Amino acid sequence: MLYRETGQFKTSYPKDQAIFPIAQDKAFILLVLAVAFLAVPPFINDYYAKAILIPFLSYTMAAIGLNILVGYCGQISLGTGGFMAVGAFATYKLMTSFPGLDFALIVILAGFVTAGVGALFGLPSLRIKGFYLAVATLAAQFFLVWLFNKVGWFYNYSPTGQITAPPATSFGVLVTGPEASPAAGYLFCLAFVCVFALVAKNLTRGNIGRQWMAIRDMDIAAELVGVQPLKAKLSAFAVSSFFIGMAGALYFGVWLGAAEPTEAFGINISFLVLFMIIIGGLGSILGSFLGAAFMVLLPIVLKTVMVDGMGLQAVTAKHFEILLLGVLIIFFLIVEPHGLARLWSTVKEKLRLWPFPY
Amino acid sequence: MNPDVMFFFETVISGLMAGVMYALVALGFVLIFKASGVFNFAQGVLALFAALTLTGVMEKFGLPAWAGIIVTILVMIAVAWLVERLVLRHLVNQEPIILFMATIGLAYVIEGTGDILWGSNVKVLDIGLPQGASDYLLDSFNLYVEKLEIVAAVTAALLVAVLAVFFQKTRIGRALRAVADDHQAALSVGISLRTIWVVVWSVAGIVALVAGIMWGTKSGVQFSLSLIALKALPVLILGGFTSIPGAIVGGLIIGVGEKIAEIYAGPIIGGAIENWFAYMLALAFLLFRPQGLFGEKIIERV
Amino acid sequence: MTIRTKALGLAAAMALPFVAGPALSYELTVPLLTYRTGPYAPSGIPVANAFSDYFTLLNEKYGGIEGAKINYVECETAYNTQQGVECYENVKNMGESGALVINPFSTGITYQLIPKASEDKIPILSMGYGRTSAADGSVFPYVFNLPAHYWSGATVIMKYIADKEGGQANMKGKKVALVYHNSAYGKEPIRTLETIAKDWGYDLMLLPVDHPGQEQKATWLQIRRDRPDWVVMWGWGVMNQVAVKEAASIRYPMDRFIGIWWSGSENDVLPAGKDATGYQAATFNAPGTNFPLIQEILTELYDKGKGAGERDGVGDSLYNRGLLNAVATAEGLRTAIKMHGTVKIRGEQARDGFENLVIDNKRWEELGLGGGFAPEIKIACNNHEGSGAAAIQQWNAETGEWTLVTDWIQPMSDVIQPLLKADAEAYAKENNITPRDCK
Repeated sequence: MLYRETGQFKTSYPKDQAIFPIAQDKAFILLVLAVAFLAVPPFINDYYAKAILIPFLSYTMAAIGLNILVGYCGQISLGTGGFMAVGAFATYKLMTSFPGLDFALIVILAGFVTAGVGALFGLPSLRIKGFYLAVATLAAQFFLVWLFNKVGWFYNYSPTGQITAPPATSFGVLVTGPEASPAAGYLFCLAFVCVFALVAKNLTRGNIGRQWMAIRDMDIAAELVGVQPLKAKLSAFAVSSFFIGMAGALYFGVWLGAAEPTEAFGINISFLVLFMIIIGGLGSILGSFLGAAFMVLLPIVLKTVMVDGMGLQAVTAKHFEILLLGVLIIFFLIVEPHGLARLWSTVKEKLRLWPFPY
Repeated sequence: MNPDVMFFFETVISGLMAGVMYALVALGFVLIFKASGVFNFAQGVLALFAALTLTGVMEKFGLPAWAGIIVTILVMIAVAWLVERLVLRHLVNQEPIILFMATIGLAYVIEGTGDILWGSNVKVLDIGLPQGASDYLLDSFNLYVEKLEIVAAVTAALLVAVLAVFFQKTRIGRALRAVADDHQAALSVGISLRTIWVVVWSVAGIVALVAGIMWGTKSGVQFSLSLIALKALPVLILGGFTSIPGAIVGGLIIGVGEKIAEIYAGPIIGGAIENWFAYMLALAFLLFRPQGLFGEKIIERV
Repeated sequence: MTIRTKALGLAAAMALPFVAGPALSYELTVPLLTYRTGPYAPSGIPVANAFSDYFTLLNEKYGGIEGAKINYVECETAYNTQQGVECYENVKNMGESGALVINPFSTGITYQLIPKASEDKIPILSMGYGRTSAADGSVFPYVFNLPAHYWSGATVIMKYIADKEGGQANMKGKKVALVYHNSAYGKEPIRTLETIAKDWGYDLMLLPVDHPGQEQKATWLQIRRDRPDWVVMWGWGVMNQVAVKEAASIRYPMDRFIGIWWSGSENDVLPAGKDATGYQAATFNAPGTNFPLIQEILTELYDKGKGAGERDGVGDSLYNRGLLNAVATAEGLRTAIKMHGTVKIRGEQARDGFENLVIDNKRWEELGLGGGFAPEIKIACNNHEGSGAAAIQQWNAETGEWTLVTDWIQPMSDVIQPLLKADAEAYAKENNITPRDCK
């Protein structure tokens, strides 16, 4: 009833290729954005910001980045944690070397630094494929974490190698450090994620995105029709790392506020972000959002239901939480192997016809 | 004999022994990947679960080691059957990455179950394997070799021999190889894919039990045991995902390489380089042979 | 049906205080971030059990603290910093009082929470872990690391070693190896040990071990080759047991192998069997059940089936450390309540309690932990550590017990203070903090 396309005619190619060709979709997205930007901040408190929304947004950024590489270009990477560490340490060095620099600028610079490192570690992808490449990217993961843990310059020679994000402002508003208001941190991350999700969407719709997808679907054939694997693969690594680096900056600066390389950027983060995009949907920007929401929210929801709702002991709840998380992952894969984003579009398909079956 | 040479010798032996321990874990990965193309993320957790079950049944029912092992093997077969029934059956013909994700879900399930059943305390696993350094070698040659690792090496050799016979000589082993080569063709000559999967996962479960016993004896049975899978990954890419001898040879190369790096280069560039060095070593090999040392040649057609 | 009756019963029970007693009393919310799951669970479980037991005992037998019941809340982090942040935000506003003190129980999570908790005015009690320079209360008013921090631990161990070698003068040319967990926690003592090395003239070998540390062949081969006179260990979790086993295998003399207090639990030595005899570790609490309070916990709780864990876990070194932590927490709150003359305290008042906390031997006696359970603790504005003293305990596999082999050894403040000041100042400068005046 509400979701009909009748009467919406496309009269030009650009219109047909629009991100939201259907008016209802556009309205819906605008509504979500309005709620996120306008309705949430007045009600946000520390718990929602620090435990749910900011983690969700920083992981979303990482998931978009990894999705560009894995979902669009078909190069499986398990180096996400290491690249996030590059972003975080770049952020830390910039913040402590140039106090007073706008934090938004720092995040973008951290992205560029990471892009360079990512392109470098993307070189083996020219020869290695599939799961072999995945394991090869672990070399980057372990090496980078070791490097940040080892070399004193990265953590300003503190005795333990822990880094703490000093207070920094963006457009005059405090966004990092303990005194930043939850709303400020949240809005900062939200703005970043929205802007760059749009960038990613347009990149993947454009020439370069098509090259990536050609490489993903069949690299030899792509090469024969004139896609340069070197350019396509390395650009995917660089762009992906750019996003992941920014995610690392948000993760360290806005969310955690302090980090030690071995724990905060360990291999578990690499796996977590990979889970997000597989559960959310490979090769889908929306999927990155959904997957991040799934992996961030689900444990918290399960925990809250079991501990506060059913009065279980924290530890029993934790065991069940791990178990249920596994069960739900398997369940969703069986229901829809192509992720939550595909599930979402299936629902929309069904809505188009509802209530009249054609 | 010059002590430096002697020490180098010791380093190499230790590396080989550590390599065998890694290879034991890598074997489980290879078995499943070979037969079904699934990269089984849950292999490490399976090893933990097997070791937990073994210590659990030995403590709870006071069984002797051999009976405990038999019970555990039965449990692992039951796990394999459940995995096929509840997970794999519903994901036939999906892409490798989806199946990989499913095994991640599985890893969570098995970990949670293990915790609920047996708790998270450290358990001492003692099935009577010898431990500590070999006194004979220490006293007569001043050479340091762990007894447990000698046992592990012998076990690994036996295991590989048994698996080789199983794959080459038995009916079911041949069927497994047929499935590995081509699902469709295997199905069309009447091989039951489901049976094969149960068998493969059972065998992988038993291999996981062996790995779990060795590592569990070495460091107690606890959650960290599931992390040994990370040590097996560089071994896998070096030896190839589909080769059983490759897992052993890869393990040996990685073991020796990382020990030599840690002992001789570690003091110069900073310690704890073992981890990334193993991956870098594997990466270096891959640049020359993208399919691993023993992996099947990738032939691409358009 | 049954559920309904249960619910009714519950409602009746909840309503009782309103009927019988005065208005609902003020509860003191004391959260503990536990890790009963994950790779470090074996170390996390006994500590959490001790907390739970002590607060149950206080509530049931002594009516809480100064008449206010304790609302003890566990939140499971699995020793993971991200979950630690979630837990902190979750518990900080719990109950009427809000969280009065946070026990993060992880060095990583402590680092994470220091800026935030200071802003939220909730004291952090990181007992014998966390950020060492937080002992400088002028920069870290809300953080306490009593009764001893890592750098004190390092100097205590070095003093003990020097003592064994027959005095500081004999340390010249000796070799000391540090086997450490390759993380912030493990790196803590390096600077201190290096500073002392300059002074005494021993060589320091650094041997990092990556998490989780099941494979330490390379580390111990280096020890076998270079034969250091002493091995000091900053290990954690499975790394400890493997190290003790490897040391036994290469026949390293166990009585020259000393761990920090997180490398000195039963879990760390039991797997190595009889070979572990002679291994030592620093500790700031005595092991064993030979204390009135612990006997009371056994009779009041475990005999009645109310204990949080297994009976034979009571008196283990980590259980007792958890107990010390719980007692210090309760005493800090007690001091705060007495200072402010009301049980209705919040984090800010609780902080004052911790800053003025004194547990002398007489008080230990009153608490049922007399006879050398722990050193005297006296906190001040410029000293949030309190004592810094620690003893060395030694393992005997025959009896399966740790025994203290020294008295409380005082740390080398002259070495630590300048380092501590420098680190605290660097932190203050980086984060625009103006230190308080501690006069």
